Formats: sequence, C-alpha cells, structure tokens
Amino acid sequence: MTSVRKSALRALLFVASLALWEAAVRILKVPAFILPPPSAIGAALVRGAASGIYLQHFFVTLAETLLGFALGSTVAFVLGMALAASPLTEYFLYPYIVMFQSMPKVALAPLVVVWFGLGLTSKVVSAALIAFFPLLVNTVVGLRSADEDRVDLMRSLGATQLQIFWMLRLPSALSFIMAGLEVAIVFSLVGAIVAEFVGAEAGLGMLIQSRNFSMDVAGEFAVLFILAAMGLALNAVLAAIRRRVLFWDPSQKAASAASLKGGL
Amino acid sequence: MIAVQHLRKEYGTSRGPVLALLDIDFGVAEGEFVAIVGPSGCGKSTLLKILAGLLPATAGEVRLRSVAVTGPRRDVGFVFQSPVLFPWRTVLDNVLLPADVQRLGREKTRQTALDLLALVGLSGFEQRYPWELSGGMQQRVAITRSLIHNPALLLMDEPFGALDAMTRETMNLELQRIWLERRKTVLFVTHSIAEAVFLADRILVMTPRPGRLLDNVDVDLPRPRGPEVIGAPEFGAVVRRIRAHFNARTAIEA
Repeated sequence: MTSVRKSALRALLFVASLALWEAAVRILKVPAFILPPPSAIGAALVRGAASGIYLQHFFVTLAETLLGFALGSTVAFVLGMALAASPLTEYFLYPYIVMFQSMPKVALAPLVVVWFGLGLTSKVVSAALIAFFPLLVNTVVGLRSADEDRVDLMRSLGATQLQIFWMLRLPSALSFIMAGLEVAIVFSLVGAIVAEFVGAEAGLGMLIQSRNFSMDVAGEFAVLFILAAMGLALNAVLAAIRRRVLFWDPSQKAASAASLKGGL
Repeated sequence: MIAVQHLRKEYGTSRGPVLALLDIDFGVAEGEFVAIVGPSGCGKSTLLKILAGLLPATAGEVRLRSVAVTGPRRDVGFVFQSPVLFPWRTVLDNVLLPADVQRLGREKTRQTALDLLALVGLSGFEQRYPWELSGGMQQRVAITRSLIHNPALLLMDEPFGALDAMTRETMNLELQRIWLERRKTVLFVTHSIAEAVFLADRILVMTPRPGRLLDNVDVDLPRPRGPEVIGAPEFGAVVRRIRAHFNARTAIEA
C-alpha cells in the first residue's frame, strides 16, 4: 500500500469511529452527562476556543509542565551522573531511591500543595517529582552502558576519567537519556494535572474539575482532548530532537517504543 | 623495544585464583613484526592488555623502551578484534580520536589523518559514518586510528578475526604494505597460524591454561610477501613446526 493511501485510510478510520460514536450515543439515547456525542464535544471546543478560556488555562498547564520537566530532569540527570560515577554514592542513596520509587508519587500531591500553596510552585514540584524517576534510572543505566572495548581504547590512549565521560560515556548514554526524557515529559503533565486536581486557581486540570462539578461532561471531554493533544505534541518535539541527536543510533526506533510503554 | 621478564598473571575469581599467564619471557626489537599464536583462552589478549598498561601484572616486569609499564602509555596504538569505532563520529573524527584525547591539535594531525586514510584506501570516505562502511573498511579505519598519534608500538589483538576469509587475506596484504611503509614495532596476536607466518618476522607460540611460551620461530621469507608465498616450502615448514606443538598437546589431552 502506498503511504498516501495508508494515511487516507487512517483518516477515514478516524472519521468512521467518530460517526459510529455519534450514532451509538443517539440511537441508544445515552444521557449527555454520561457520554456526550462527538458533535457536542466539538461544539464545546469551539465555544471555549472562541471565548479564549482554553488558551489561558492551556498556557498555565504548559508552563507548569515544562518547568516541572526542566526541574525534574535536571536534578535526575545530575543525581544520575553522581550515582553512575561512584558506587559509594549509590550505596548510600540507593535505599532512599528504591523507597521513593516504590511509592506512588501522585500520593504526594496533596502534601506538595499544602507545602507550596495553590499557585504555580506546587504544580512544578509535583510535575518534577513524577518526571524525576524515569530519567534518573535511564541516566544511570545509560552511563554504565558504555562498551568495555571502547573504554579500554580510551584508557589505552591515556584518556582521563573526564575525557572518557565526555567523549564516550555521555554519547553512549544518550539513547537511554532521550528515551527517559520522552517518558519524563508525559509524566510531568500527569504531575501538573494531579496537583491542579488537589488545589489550583488555573490550569486545564482545574478546568476539568470545575466542569465535573457542574456536570459539563462535553466540556470535560473537550479539555481531555486538549490535554491529549498537548501530551502528544510535547512527546513529538522530544522524538524529533532524539532523531536529530541520535541519527547514528540504529536502536532509536526501539527507544521510541520503550517510551510509549512508560505511560501512567 | 619490549622486554618482558618472568611475567605472571592471576585472576581472582569466586573459586580462587586462576593462573592466566606463567613465566612469560621475551623481547621484541625496534621495528620488528612479531606474531603471537595460540588457541583461544591461552592468555594472548591478557598479555597484550598488560603490555598496553590496561591490566596490572601479578608478578614480573614489562619494559617498553626501558621504561617499566605501570599504566596506559601515549606511545602505544591498540587495535581490537572489533573495530571499536564511535558511531557518532565520522570516519575522519574517529581517526582523530587519539589526537583529541592527547590534545595534539586537530589542525596539525588532520593532514596526517588524510594521508593515512589514503594509505589504507579510504580516500573519499572521510565524512562517512562507521555504520555506512563494510567490516573490512571499519577495521582499516581502526588501524588508521591506531597510527595517528605516531605510536612507537602497535598492539593488535586478532584484528582480522571477525572478517571473512577473503577480506582477511586482503587485509593481511594491506597491513604488510602499511608496515613496510611505516616500520612500526608490531605485536600481532592471532589464532591463525597461516596469518602469523604470512605477516611476522618472528612467531611466539603460546599454550593455554596457564598461558606459557612454547616456541620462538623465525620466519625467513623475503618481503614483500605476496599471496604466492603461501605455497613456498619454507612457509609450509614453519606452519608444520607450529602446528606440531598443538597436535602434540591435543594428543596428550585426548
């Protein structure tokens, strides 16, 4: 099948499933507060877009997500380097890391909101907490994945540990790090939304909750749609960066499959 | 050039120490091409790594140009069985890796790199990436890289072991040509007797468990040696002498 025909078929399938949904809801007379028809969701999207309400909340959530992602991945990367560099650091920190990792991080969101308030900070911290782990683990594994022969080659040339890190270990770890970042960005969005649920003045998560209270289910779906699009776009940006950075890596297709498995 | 005395290497394992090398004594003269042959597991690679300063010896001493080896040295080039190239570097950048590590200056070494790549027949491939090249070409890049910092000694650990037989023959001819032109001291580890006889001035025969030197065979074949040398009576005689060591051992073990 040609790629044009394939993508045409894919679009057709999407339209058909929407039509099926619309028809099923109308024929079975499903109440709109249980499952609204796609036409009502579309109308809610258009209404909100026209009033500018989505745009405002969209940027709030986007800012929370990106700041949380930046904070969480920076800390994870630095800590990952420390753990990979020294077995002693790992020995002392490992119990805490395992404990922290086994805990569902979303359970921390209420506490985070109590500590950091209803504003931006609590959402950034919550997003960072959840984004932190996938990158930490991938950084440690990645930095240790350097091929032994390549390490021997660098050593035989008289390379310093710092040179081995910059010229070999870091590039070798990049495919792991990029896969970790792709998971982390989606996790950041989860962290931001959860914190918004707990308590917020703005953001798409807050909007979902307020619409839930007012039984505006079509409006809720509209926000969900925007959130899905946001997550997809953020992931696509990182995937594009990965393809550029890892042009030399034959396993980069596998890496993108791995990042999809990481959904919460 | 190389002086190895009473070299001994033990590995600590969970079941106690394993003796990898026992009482190794040999010397290599400046500009000499010496091959080490032996079956798998005879400690050939361990010996090379000790010479490169990558592994410490348990006892005994290794001297390179009368300086005891205590760690990696900058005047040694190492070629591994696999090319060990960095896939994120172009061919030229891979060749320049030792120059980057040893801060020799890219401008100064760039022309040398281009000349060496021409010498191994890789002109025009400078900006390609390793994964765009065949196995034989990759190994040629690795050999070029091992020469870029103008090392006094070249250590080669079964460099053509992973190549198919025909590519391997071509690479043997190439290596001889490069060696005749550059005259480095080479220590070449292989498990192919024919390859050793074809390339070397002198062959050290090793036996496994523990690795020991069994024989020291001079190869008096005129250079440059072409593919036809394999049919020469002298060639056959040397091969038979080396093979006899392994046949005798197998007979005892069997």
